[in-house]
Amino acid sequence: MSQILVLVDHVEGSVRKTTAELLTIARRLGEPAAVFVGRGWDAAAPVLGEFGAARAYVVPAEDADDYLVVPKVEALQAAVQAAGAAGDVAAVLIPSSTDGKEVAGRLAVRLGSGIITDAVDVRPADGGIETTQAAFAGGYTVAAHVSRGIPVITVKPNSAAPEPAPTQPDVQALDVTFSAAAKAARVVERKPKAKTGRPDLSEAAVVVSGGRGTGGDFGPVEAFADALGAAVGASRAAVDAGWYPHSNQVGQTGKQVSPQLYVAAGISGAIQHRAGMQTSKMIVAVNKDPEAPIFELADFGVVGDLFTVLPQATEEVVKRKG
Amino acid sequence: MKIVVCVKYVPDAQGDRRFSDTDHTVDRAGTDGILSELDEYAVEEALKLAEANPDTTVTVLTVGPEKATEALRKALQMGATDAVHVVDDALHGSDALATSLVLAKAIERLDHDLVLAGMASTDGGMSVVPAMLAERLGIPQVTFAGALTLDGSVVRIERDGDTSTEVVEATLPALVSVTDQINDPRYPSFKGIMAAKKKSVHTWSLADLGVEPGQVGLAAAWSAVDGVTARPPRQAGQIVADDGDGGRKLVDFLAGAKLV
Repeated sequence: MSQILVLVDHVEGSVRKTTAELLTIARRLGEPAAVFVGRGWDAAAPVLGEFGAARAYVVPAEDADDYLVVPKVEALQAAVQAAGAAGDVAAVLIPSSTDGKEVAGRLAVRLGSGIITDAVDVRPADGGIETTQAAFAGGYTVAAHVSRGIPVITVKPNSAAPEPAPTQPDVQALDVTFSAAAKAARVVERKPKAKTGRPDLSEAAVVVSGGRGTGGDFGPVEAFADALGAAVGASRAAVDAGWYPHSNQVGQTGKQVSPQLYVAAGISGAIQHRAGMQTSKMIVAVNKDPEAPIFELADFGVVGDLFTVLPQATEEVVKRKG
Repeated sequence: MKIVVCVKYVPDAQGDRRFSDTDHTVDRAGTDGILSELDEYAVEEALKLAEANPDTTVTVLTVGPEKATEALRKALQMGATDAVHVVDDALHGSDALATSLVLAKAIERLDHDLVLAGMASTDGGMSVVPAMLAERLGIPQVTFAGALTLDGSVVRIERDGDTSTEVVEATLPALVSVTDQINDPRYPSFKGIMAAKKKSVHTWSLADLGVEPGQVGLAAAWSAVDGVTARPPRQAGQIVADDGDGGRKLVDFLAGAKLV
């Protein structure tokens, strides 16, 4: 069976949900082969085995995270070579994060391969691999395939439900010395973000977002999010005003999310924002303005003040869960 | 210092964006296009650097159809020094790999200490071309900058990642991509609009860059679109006014949809 390489998305060995999703997809296409770069292999190994990694290529390089993007590219190149020696490599799957897409882009150039980004589905078809993407803020669904080289495909979070398929990976350690090019962009400082205890915005099944209507007070938004076990998002207006970090921004110039449920509170629903959440399965909106464009998208909307509606909704959710 | 800013002419997101029925490529001719919004931040950052560093020129570069000059014109009106437009019929339907190849060849023809780009285009939204450019040019990539400082020949940026914020630095020449957090792009002033009329837009073909037509375009692309389906626009659902029970009604709805 052909190997499907999956770049493991982790922080010091703590494996993120996207990796489990990609391994699940990889099992449809061939034999999943995880590629682990950096520190923390011992912590990661059991998780990778649980989600079906038949093989693992490990590049334990201590300095991989000291430089931007390129060390992962070179590690993947080494893995492709090692995998090629063992058999056929039918694809490389990489999570659609900011770094992931850049790793994928550079890998595609080095391998002489076609690249498809932000796939929401990946399936075998006609002896090859077919991807599905959403284009133009979800206005179109596109079916495509890579026609040259080993397909390099980045996959959006929430594209597959992770399926455990416990196995013991066949592990191969690779000794990779990074080139001068890999060390050209130096990470001189890294501040881990304070853990909020909330799910990651790009991975969450439920997102509750606040906009200009919060006036800077995200309290009701956060409380409702916590009642639902949701991630918190923010409109561009809210981020520009300094009320929430850019990494929580949902929109054309922020993250594009497609959760099961998206709650937009105090967000007017300008195209810029819609581009970031239009493909959510269910959309609920709360806004004082009955003419707000967000209501055109919403499956359910409340015209009212989020400072009364959300706390009441939060109380109701807690009551029902209790 | 010589700065090259890569920009893209994209269909206006406020308008009707669509794909060609014949070859599934983006319809760039039939709809109004603009300078990609995220590129405005790159142009603005270049202009700020030029204002802070004497003897700096800002060249705006695009690969695109005839109408792509409109994107260049906007950048010139903002204050860029001059522009380069790579235009060739053979480029139609190029993928990111071919686009980055052509951009890299063009940049190599221009003196460049710093190459700036937006974090993604607002049509394809792939976020891969800046990284591909760095790869092809053999210069460091310093991407997704929310803040930038230049200290002699060292560029230092702050970037806001998923799990951490990072400070990254590299020595020039380097490629930097910027997010919409980095600055507030200026509106072209009347003076800027008038001055832009006198600025040079150089037009280059593939032959000028030593690129064979067979290396680019739809037939040469390394990925292929098999089908495009328009999704029906979302319909508005149930909208209620808050009569003191809006929150409860919201949760009733979620419960009905088994989301709570």
